[in-house]
Amino acid sequence: METLTKTKKLTGSKAMTLAIEQEMERDDKIFIMGEDVGTYGGIFGSSTGLKEKFGSDRVMDTPISETAFIGAAIGAAAEGFRPIVELMFVDFHGVVMDQIYNHMAKITYMSGGNVKLPIVLTTAVGGGYSDAAQHSQTLYASFGHLPGLKVVAPTYPFDIKGLMAAAIRDDNPVVFMFHKTLQGLGWMDQIPASFGPVPEEEYTLPLNKAKVVQEGSDITIVGVQMMTVAAVKAAEILDGSAISAEIIDLISVKPIDKETIINSVKKTGRLLIVDEDYMSYGITAEVAAIVASEGFAALKAPICRLANPDVPIPYSRVLEQYVLPNSHKIAEAAKKVIYS
Amino acid sequence: MEISKEHLLWMYEKMKMSRLFEERMQAAYMEGKQPVFNIGSGPVPGEMHLSNGQEPAAVGICVHLKKEDTVTAPHRPHHHAIAKNVDLNKMTAEIFGKKTGLGKGKGGHMHLFDPEVKFSCGGIVAAGIPHAVGAALAAKKKGKDWVAVSFIGEGAANAGAFHESLNLASLWHLPLIVVIEDNSWGISVPKSESTCVPSNDVRAAAYGIKGYLVKDNDPFEMYKVSKEAVERARKGGGPSIIEIETYRFLGHFQGDPELYRDKEEVPSLLKKDPINRVMNFMIEKNLSSKIDFEKIDARIAAEINNAYQFAMESELPHPEEALEDVFV
Ligand SMILES: Cc1ncc(C[n+]2csc(CCOP(=O)(O)OP(=O)(O)O)c2C)c(N)n1
Repeated sequence: METLTKTKKLTGSKAMTLAIEQEMERDDKIFIMGEDVGTYGGIFGSSTGLKEKFGSDRVMDTPISETAFIGAAIGAAAEGFRPIVELMFVDFHGVVMDQIYNHMAKITYMSGGNVKLPIVLTTAVGGGYSDAAQHSQTLYASFGHLPGLKVVAPTYPFDIKGLMAAAIRDDNPVVFMFHKTLQGLGWMDQIPASFGPVPEEEYTLPLNKAKVVQEGSDITIVGVQMMTVAAVKAAEILDGSAISAEIIDLISVKPIDKETIINSVKKTGRLLIVDEDYMSYGITAEVAAIVASEGFAALKAPICRLANPDVPIPYSRVLEQYVLPNSHKIAEAAKKVIYS
Repeated sequence: MEISKEHLLWMYEKMKMSRLFEERMQAAYMEGKQPVFNIGSGPVPGEMHLSNGQEPAAVGICVHLKKEDTVTAPHRPHHHAIAKNVDLNKMTAEIFGKKTGLGKGKGGHMHLFDPEVKFSCGGIVAAGIPHAVGAALAAKKKGKDWVAVSFIGEGAANAGAFHESLNLASLWHLPLIVVIEDNSWGISVPKSESTCVPSNDVRAAAYGIKGYLVKDNDPFEMYKVSKEAVERARKGGGPSIIEIETYRFLGHFQGDPELYRDKEEVPSLLKKDPINRVMNFMIEKNLSSKIDFEKIDARIAAEINNAYQFAMESELPHPEEALEDVFV
């Protein structure tokens, strides 16, 4: 049976919409709301073609009223629907954080588990193309900090599709962060990672698992989305210096898959964590804390972290490139961990 | 109402300057993005929202403003900035990401700040309205007759910040004027599919304030209602809403495929160019001649040219400067 699975090469965006399409066909309780998700198909291609297929009752363009329509997802979910709502850029979370933080994330708990909110909150993240301080953030940690939300940030099309299907089927609110550069859009940087084999049939992937995307023995590098991609490139550079790096794609920001990370560090004895988000209180700190408290004995060197050095993302390319981690900075940092 | 020749000329010049600025920006933006468009490439990367066609909204009210009055603008800010006399060289340099820019290259096109003339803008829809409320509150606390004008698109009138701000400004009788530029579109969503009332002036009733509707991108009508709103605000008469039906000649952002919009829309809008309208009016009334306008245009073109020259020749910031200015 397995061998009969047909795969297609798809972009991140196509993988995402295919999952939504298949789920919408399966379950008519699913509908989509968001700005420009209808005719435009999502500014970052998150719903291309879905309005044509399912009509404007199930793929609803909204006014620029995030508090109203993301809040409405909560009310509709409590009534048995399974809304997918899009916050166009994660940066706009500010206008709607009360609905997300105090309601979407807490109602299940406050109701003693009696209210379930099967919502997928999709949102575009990431910088690197000079969109400046209010349109370039990832804010993984801001969402990961909140109890009551599952947060996934997949990198490759295969994972995007499987995780989207799982997010939709989950009975809890799931924040589904898609990276703009990994959507494989024609008008952004073209990178091979944004295009890959995806089974056409339905499948789900666990919402709480990281993945070893490349095995190695000298150092574990943990990344998420574009930082995973940068780490894979860094591993090629390190190869030239006879350093073997093991790369972990975090995928799930909340909960963090401790087991996969600790097992890897047990093997390599060294850890570098890379994040496009801000340094303080972020993924790098969280992963470092996990390994320091639960995998300390395996460490042969101090843990190293690379992330935005706590500055808003600057516009000018030279400034932005300075604050963003990249493959060269990762390779340098890895060498330091190994040689110092 | 008669509009003085001086004011007509001022409006013409600012509209023309804005248009030439945008045309030049459109070209600069496309540099390095051809034949393959990549939003992150070229000397002006990132998103670019141009204002061609929307000039009457900015000049019709800014002609009544002084340096001490505050303007907040949205993500499409160049025409407002020019009408509020923002330093053209520094603004252009900012958009080119240069050290000599208004924000030393840190802000970019959606985040221009010129405190000298009390201008600011931002990339979060409707977020500038509360800031204008605060400036209006400050004017009142200081006992000045200053006003604050917040420009937004019609899409922003559906955001909570719009409604909260107007209630607050009305409650406290603040000198705030919200100018809503209805260019029919919020990216791909037409106003009819985002807004429950045909025009936003009627929403003024909800706050017990005056609402105005300017039809057909009319610079003269915009001038008149703005004069009334600004005068009332200066005298302590509280806030107003002005909605102007305006034209978006270009895409939402540069590179927008605009598949959602009828191919006929833009050509029909272009026929009603508001800048020509002011010029033709002045020529018809014998207030200025074609030759006068040619001279004005040449002077403005030179000014724009200087600004672009300045921007292009300016130095880029040093990478480490990214770490500065998080705090003063
Ligand atoms: C809070 C928030 N939501 C969404 C966006 C994305 N966005 C940027 S501009 C825009 C449309 C704005 O429409 P309108 O206010 O009518 O102004 P226009 O672009 O037409 O000038 C949207 C949805 C944003 N920047 N901020």
